[in-house]
Amino acid sequence: MLSGILVFNQKGENLIFRSFRSDCRPRLADIFRIQVISNPQVRSPILTLGSTTFSHVKHENIYLVAVTKSNANAALVFEFLYRLVMLGRSYFGKFDEEAVKNNFVLIYELLDEILDYGYPQNTETDTLKMYITTEGVRSAIANSATDSSRITMQATGALSWRRSDVKYRKNEAFVDVIEDVNLLMSATGTVLRADVNGQIVMRAYLSGTPECKFGLNDRLLLDGDSAGGGSGGGGGSSFGGGSSGMVSGNRDGTTKATRAAAGSVTLEDCQFHQCVKLGRFDADRIISFVPPDGEFELMRYRATENVNLPFKVHPIVREVGTTKVEYSVAIKANYSSKLFATNVVIRIPTPLNTAKTTERTSQGRAKYEPEHNNIVWKIARFSGGSEYVLTAEATLTSMTHQKAWSRPPLSLSFSLLMFTSSGLLVRYLKVFEKSNYSSVKWVRYMTRAGSYEIRF
Amino acid sequence: MAMSRIRGAFAVPKKGETFELRSGLVSQYAYERKESIQKTIMAMTLGKDVSSLFPDVLKNIATSDLEQKKLVYLYLMNYAKSHPDLCILAVNTFVQDSEDPNPLIRALAIRTMGCIRVDKMVDYMEEPLRKTLRDESPYVRKTAAICVAKLFDLNPAMCLENGFLEMLQEMIGDPNPMVVANSVTALSEIYHAAPETQALKVTTNTLRKLLMALNECTEWGRVTILTTLAEYKTTEVTESEHICERVAPQFQHANPSVVLAAVKVVFLHMRNVKAELASNYLKKMAPPLVTLVSSAPEVQYVALRNIDLLLQKQPEILNKELRVFFCKYNDPPYVKFQKLEIMVRIANDRNVDQLLAELKEYALEVDMDFVRRAVRAIGQVAIKIESASEKCVNTLLDLINTKVNYVVQEAIVVIKDIFRKYPGYEGIIPTLCKCIDELDEPNARAALIWIVGQYAEKISNAGDILAGFVEGFNEEFSQTQLQILTAVVKLFLKRPEKAQGLVQKVLQAATAENDNPDVRDRAYVYWRLLSNTSDPGATKDIVLSDKPPIVTTIHSLPPALLEQLLTELSTLASVYHKPPEQFVGQGRFGADAVQRAAIEEQIQNARENPLAAAAAAAAVTGSAPPPQSQSNVENLLDIDFDGTAPASAQKEPSGGMSGLEGLAGTPVRVESPAAGAPAGSNNLDDLLGVFGDGGGAPAPASSSAGAGADLMNGFAGLDLSGNGTTSPPPGGSQPKKTNEDIMSLF
Repeated sequence: MLSGILVFNQKGENLIFRSFRSDCRPRLADIFRIQVISNPQVRSPILTLGSTTFSHVKHENIYLVAVTKSNANAALVFEFLYRLVMLGRSYFGKFDEEAVKNNFVLIYELLDEILDYGYPQNTETDTLKMYITTEGVRSAIANSATDSSRITMQATGALSWRRSDVKYRKNEAFVDVIEDVNLLMSATGTVLRADVNGQIVMRAYLSGTPECKFGLNDRLLLDGDSAGGGSGGGGGSSFGGGSSGMVSGNRDGTTKATRAAAGSVTLEDCQFHQCVKLGRFDADRIISFVPPDGEFELMRYRATENVNLPFKVHPIVREVGTTKVEYSVAIKANYSSKLFATNVVIRIPTPLNTAKTTERTSQGRAKYEPEHNNIVWKIARFSGGSEYVLTAEATLTSMTHQKAWSRPPLSLSFSLLMFTSSGLLVRYLKVFEKSNYSSVKWVRYMTRAGSYEIRF
Repeated sequence: MAMSRIRGAFAVPKKGETFELRSGLVSQYAYERKESIQKTIMAMTLGKDVSSLFPDVLKNIATSDLEQKKLVYLYLMNYAKSHPDLCILAVNTFVQDSEDPNPLIRALAIRTMGCIRVDKMVDYMEEPLRKTLRDESPYVRKTAAICVAKLFDLNPAMCLENGFLEMLQEMIGDPNPMVVANSVTALSEIYHAAPETQALKVTTNTLRKLLMALNECTEWGRVTILTTLAEYKTTEVTESEHICERVAPQFQHANPSVVLAAVKVVFLHMRNVKAELASNYLKKMAPPLVTLVSSAPEVQYVALRNIDLLLQKQPEILNKELRVFFCKYNDPPYVKFQKLEIMVRIANDRNVDQLLAELKEYALEVDMDFVRRAVRAIGQVAIKIESASEKCVNTLLDLINTKVNYVVQEAIVVIKDIFRKYPGYEGIIPTLCKCIDELDEPNARAALIWIVGQYAEKISNAGDILAGFVEGFNEEFSQTQLQILTAVVKLFLKRPEKAQGLVQKVLQAATAENDNPDVRDRAYVYWRLLSNTSDPGATKDIVLSDKPPIVTTIHSLPPALLEQLLTELSTLASVYHKPPEQFVGQGRFGADAVQRAAIEEQIQNARENPLAAAAAAAAVTGSAPPPQSQSNVENLLDIDFDGTAPASAQKEPSGGMSGLEGLAGTPVRVESPAAGAPAGSNNLDDLLGVFGDGGGAPAPASSSAGAGADLMNGFAGLDLSGNGTTSPPPGGSQPKKTNEDIMSLF
C-alpha cells in the first residue's frame, strides 16, 4: 500500500525518510520538495506525478508525506497520517520539527512497528508505549521474553487496547462530555447552520477487565427501552441533571426520574472507539464496551436539532464613506444565570486598510490586532443572562485601488461548563467485573465554540 | 547530552565525517558504537551516502540491545543492495533471531529479512518463514503473513513451490483476528499482482471467517477485510443481505476510512437485495457520510469527492443535508470547491432559496477562483431548477451591479447559458450591454457577443456594439472572433439595412487578414451562404433556426465510468474521478497496457457488432453512416479518451461523451432531449470545444436527422484532434450554429 513515509520541515529539509517498498527512492524527497513545499500554487493535499502519489498533511511546522504507487486507499492514507500525528503528540507532547529531530530514532522505531510493508498495523498509543519507549529504560522489559510475549499477545489480541492485569485500589471513571457548537448566522440574523459536534472522553481507572454499559438520553434508545427500563445491576449508578454539577454515586438507578427531567435528544450520528461493540449498538442501541486503561475518546456524535445557542450576537457595522467603519456589537448570554462562561473572545474583522481604531466596551477589554485585521474583545467571565456592548470605530487610510471589503464573518470562542448545547445528558454508566467491586463515576459537561460565525 | 550530539548531525557536515563515524562504529565502548549507529542513520536520512560504512555497521548486528538491533536492521534494509555479498554475514544473525525466545525479536527478524532485497538472503528465508508462519505467538504469525507477500514480490516461484500461499490461505481461519487481517492483506496483494495465482478466492466458508474477524480486529484490519468484501461478487440475495447486515454497524466506527470502506461494501452489495431493504441502508448511510464532512480537511476532501460519486448514482441520499455543506470561511480551497459542487447536486426546489442566499454570499468573497465557481453554481442551479430561474437571474443581476470585474464576467457567461434554456429574460439585455467595456476575457466577450447576435432584433444599438468589436477584430482571441462573425451575420439576416457594410468588413477581415483556419473557414462558409441567391430563405433557415434548449450544465460522469468508480470508492481513483489505469502507470497498469486493452475492446466490438466497427472506421476517416447503437458510441469514445487524452483535459471529453451519447440515443433531437440524456447539448459543446471547431469541419451529407449530422461533426472533430491539430478551444457558446446549419450546408 504505502511505499514510504517522509517528514519534512518547512524549509523542505528531509527529516525522516522511511521506505517500505523498493519503489520508494530517495530522489522522491527532492521531487516533493520542489513540487509541493516550494510551490505556492498547490491547492490539493494529493499530488500524482507519473505513477507516484504524494499525500501530505501539515502539522505544526512539519509536513508528513505518504508516498504511494498504486491506486491506494486515500481515506486510509490520510487517516493514518493523522494517527501518526496523534502518536507523535502523545509521545513527545508537541509533534514539530524540534521533536522529530530530537527523537528520530524513536520515530523510525515507531514507523517500523506501525507499518509493515506499507500496511498499517496496531496504532494504539497505549499498547505501543509498552514496548517502544522514549527513555530506553523500559525497553529492558521488552528484552525479557516472558514480558514481551505478554505484550505481543495484547498487541494482537481481541482486546488489543487493554492490558489484562490492571489494578487500582480505588476504582474510578471520569466522563467528560465536551461539545463544540457550530453556528453560521446570516447578516439578517437567521440561523443558516447550527449543529453540535460532541465527544465523550472517558478516563477509566478500573481494575481487571470491566464490562461497561453506558446510557445517554438518546431519543431512539429511550423510545426503545421504555419497557425494559433501567434494570441496572449492582455495579450500576446514575447521574443527576447537569446543572447540579458533579454527581457521583453507586446506588441503584433513579433512571425514570432523570428521564422525565432531562427530556431526550436526537443524535444525528455517532462514532465509537474501537472498543465499543458496534453490533450491539446497531441492534439495540446499547453502548457496551471494555474500556482501555486511562484516557480515551469513547464516542463522538453529532446533533442538529434543538441546538441551544449560548450566545446571541447582534453586530451593526456601517461603512461611512470610504474612510470610516462604525461598529456596534451587542452580545447576550442565553443560559441560566447560575452558569458562567470563561475566556469569551469575540473577533471583529476590520478592513485591510485600517489605520487606527477606537473602541469602548461595557465589559472586558478590546484591542486592535493589525496582523490579523481584527478587533479582539475579551471577556474573562461572562455570567448567564447578562448582555454587553462594544462600540468601535475604525479609521481607514485611502487606497489608490479601491476594492470592496469582503466582510469576513465575526467569530466567537468561549467555554462554558455544565452546559450542553444539544441537551445531552449521561443517564448511567454501569461497570460489571468478575470481582464485583464498586466503582465511583464522575461526569462533567462542557460546551465550547466550534466555528461560531456571524456574518454582518 | 546524546540528544545534542544527534542534533549536531543536522549541521553542516564536518570534514571526515565518515571517518569519524567509522571509528565510532568499531569503538570498544558499547555506548559509542550505538551513538555512531544513530548518527549514521541520521546521515542516511539526510541523503548522504553512508554505504561505505556497511561492513562496520554490520559488525554491530549481534547485540542484545533491541533498539540497536533495530537501527542496524534499518541500515541493512537501505544499503543491502550496495553490498549484496556482505549480506551473507547477516544471514546467520537473522536465522538465529527468528528462533529467539522473545516474540518481538522473532517478528523483527522475519520482518526485516523480507525487506532485504538480495537474492542470497531470499535463499535463506524459506526455513525461518515456514517456522514463523506456524509460530505460537500471533504477533509473529501476523508479521510472517505479510512477509509472504514480500517474498512473492522478490521470488514468486519460490513462494509457490514452498506452498506458502496455501499456508496463508489456511491462516484466514486463524483464531487471532489480526493474523486473519494480515493474511487477507497479503493474499490480496499477491492476487492483485498476479491474478493467475488465484491467491484470494472468497468462498462461502472464507466469507464467514472474514465476517467473524471483522468485528474484532484493528481498524486497519477492518479496512482490509471490508475492501475484500467489496470486491467479492455474489449473486445470491441472502448472501448479499447477510454481508450488508454484518457490515452496516461499521458505519459507526470512529475511523473515517473504516466508514468509507463499509459504505463501499454496502453500496455495492445493496444492488442484490430487495429495494425496500436497500433504501433502508441508503438512509442509514447518510448520517455517517455527513459526519465525515466534519473530519480533518484532507480526509474531508476524500469524503467529499466520494460523496460526489455517490450522489451521481443516488441523488436523493443527502437531500435534507444541504446546510452541512455550507463553506466555512477557513475551509481550504479544495474543500470549498468540492462543497460547491455537492450543494448544486443536492439542490431542489425546497432548499433552493437557502442555497441561493449562500451562493450570493460566496460570490462577494475575495478569493477569485472561489467567487467564479460560486457564480457558475448559481447558473447551474438556474438551469437545474426551473422554478428558481427567476431568482437566480435576479441574484446574478445584483452581482453584476457590484461591478467587480471578474464577477461581472463570470455572470455574463452564466446568463448566456440561462438564455439557452429559458426564453423571456430579454429584458435584462440592456443591463448586460452596459458592462461591455469591462469584459476582457475571451469567454465573457464571446458570451456577450452571442447574446447580442442572438437577440439582435431586440437590441436597438446592436449594430453599434458589434461595429465596435469588428473594429478591433484582429486583436481579439479567435474564440471571440468566431462569435463576432456569427453575430454579425445574424444581425445582417435580421436587419440587413443596418449591417450591410459591417458584414462585408468582418468577412474581409476574417478571410484576408486572419491566420486561423477555423475563423477563415467559417467566414468562407458564411460568405458562400450569403451569396447564395437561388434560395434566399435557406440562409436564414440555417443561421437563425431554433436551438435545442440545454438540459444541464452540471458536470456528470458517463455511466460506465461512474459504475467503475463506485467499485473504487475511497481510493485515489475516486478522488480523481478517473479510472486507476490513468494515473498509476506501472506494471500491468502501464500506458501500453491501456492501449492494448483499447484495441482488444475494439476488436471485441467489431466481432459483436459489425456496424459499430464501421462507425469506428468512420471516426477515423470521417465518412460513414451515423452510429446507431448508443453503447457502441460510448465504447468507442471511451477507448479513444482513455487511451490518448492527457490527464489535464480529461474533464471536458468525458462530459462530451455523455452529450454525444444523449444525442445518439435520441435521434429526433428537438422532441425530448431529456429522455435518457442526462447531459444535453451543452456537453456536446464541450466536446466540440475540445476537439476543435466542429462547425468548420467538413462533414459528408447525411440523410439522417440532425442529431446524426451533429454526431458526425463530433467525429470529424475527433479526427482533427487525432491528427494533432491544436485549434484553440472555443468556449461553450461557440458551436451555437445549429445542427441544421451544418446539415443544409451539404
